[in-house]
Amino acid sequence: MTARFAVGDRVTVRRADPPGHVRTPYYIRGKTGVVERHCGAFPNPEELAYGRDGLPATPLYRVRFRQREVWPDYAGQEADTVDIEIYEHWLEPV
Amino acid sequence: MRGTHDLGGQPAGPIDRCEHDYEPWEKRIDAMMVLLGEKGVLSVDERRRGIEALGAEAYARLSYYEKWIASAANLLIEKGVFTVDELGRKMAEVEARAAAERAEGNRS
Repeated sequence: MTARFAVGDRVTVRRADPPGHVRTPYYIRGKTGVVERHCGAFPNPEELAYGRDGLPATPLYRVRFRQREVWPDYAGQEADTVDIEIYEHWLEPV
Repeated sequence: MRGTHDLGGQPAGPIDRCEHDYEPWEKRIDAMMVLLGEKGVLSVDERRRGIEALGAEAYARLSYYEKWIASAANLLIEKGVFTVDELGRKMAEVEARAAAERAEGNRS
């Protein structure tokens, strides 16, 4: 599967709330960050968790978020960031 | 709804940074899970899903490897690797053996 997003693209994490096995942390849903790198493509763990093959392999991105945007009361440095690895189907273009 | 296991950003107490040795049973569970994965019986993704499905009370009460074995037991029953009855009888057998060993130890 071809990667939909390039390094440096701004992306927003979908604000979805499905039941079942999900790898996207709750706190980052709805937040916007920047693609820091491509991590490769892997069988979708949300499918593997139910004994299915998870194919086709899904692109995985490392996305960088500013801590001040993730946590409204963040008291650390302005430049602080958090990197989270997120599968493509959880990301939307900004 | 936020899953019980999805704790990022939630208020929490201090982190226990003490190192501790693993008990033999914890090492055995770890080894068993690696084998089940390598043999294609049970993936780490399925096991994680099983841990998330244990419920909030069990998730808070059980230790790390207790969560692993509780999840694996449920999943292996679902997959037909063993039946509920077989597991129940085996657990009773192991408990009886352990009790006998403790009694033996008390006498010596």
